[in-house]
Amino acid sequence: MLPLLAIGSAPLELERVAAAVGAGPEAGADGAVVTFLGLVRNHNLGRSVRYLEYEAYEPLALKAFARIAAEIAERWPNARLALHHRTGRLEVGEASVAIAARSPHRGDAYAACRYAIERIKQIAPIWKHEFFEGGEVWIEGATANPDDPGALAEAERIACA
Amino acid sequence: MRVTVRVFARLRDITGAAELARELAPGATIGDLWRQLAGEFPELAVYERSISSAINADYARMDQVIGEGDEIAFLPPVSGG
Repeated sequence: MLPLLAIGSAPLELERVAAAVGAGPEAGADGAVVTFLGLVRNHNLGRSVRYLEYEAYEPLALKAFARIAAEIAERWPNARLALHHRTGRLEVGEASVAIAARSPHRGDAYAACRYAIERIKQIAPIWKHEFFEGGEVWIEGATANPDDPGALAEAERIACA
Repeated sequence: MRVTVRVFARLRDITGAAELARELAPGATIGDLWRQLAGEFPELAVYERSISSAINADYARMDQVIGEGDEIAFLPPVSGG
């Protein structure tokens, strides 16, 4: 059985991530699993993307994932999360992140899954190095601050929209 | 005191190494270390307002005091997912 939270260079298998979140003793009470698979796109901001290289500060990334799981447990107490992120070189169409959220009812599972991907983008110490036709660039999104109440509120708003 | 500095993504391109060893005065903060590095590598200065930092793989504020042997990380804005 896979761990609930993981980061590394191995290809992602959504089925196994979804199985991991369903392994607990409470699993019989659940009626929904919502999964998300993030893929490498062949275009970004008008550039033709050839491939991406993901870099991470892995020990801190795992702690950030644990924090996201704890935030979800606080907001949706019956929901559980599995979250795997890939590092290294990824070709167009390959999966960079796999998330599975499970709960008794679908509403909480959808919300928890969406919340998880929004928070990853805000606070996980992971970076995309984009190699496109004609050059390369590091993608820089959010300044990571796990305690920023504005970012937390934004993730919650999107999750519950 | 001796500390290890880890830098990622574009910061690593600027410094030319993923890991740096530096000597600091006792009582130095993460901010002090950042300013020392930005003096060495002027291209870092544009990140002054957008970096995050960590001590021993836990997010930390720039005013946190560093201890002997700590691993300090500087993180440019993140882009996972």
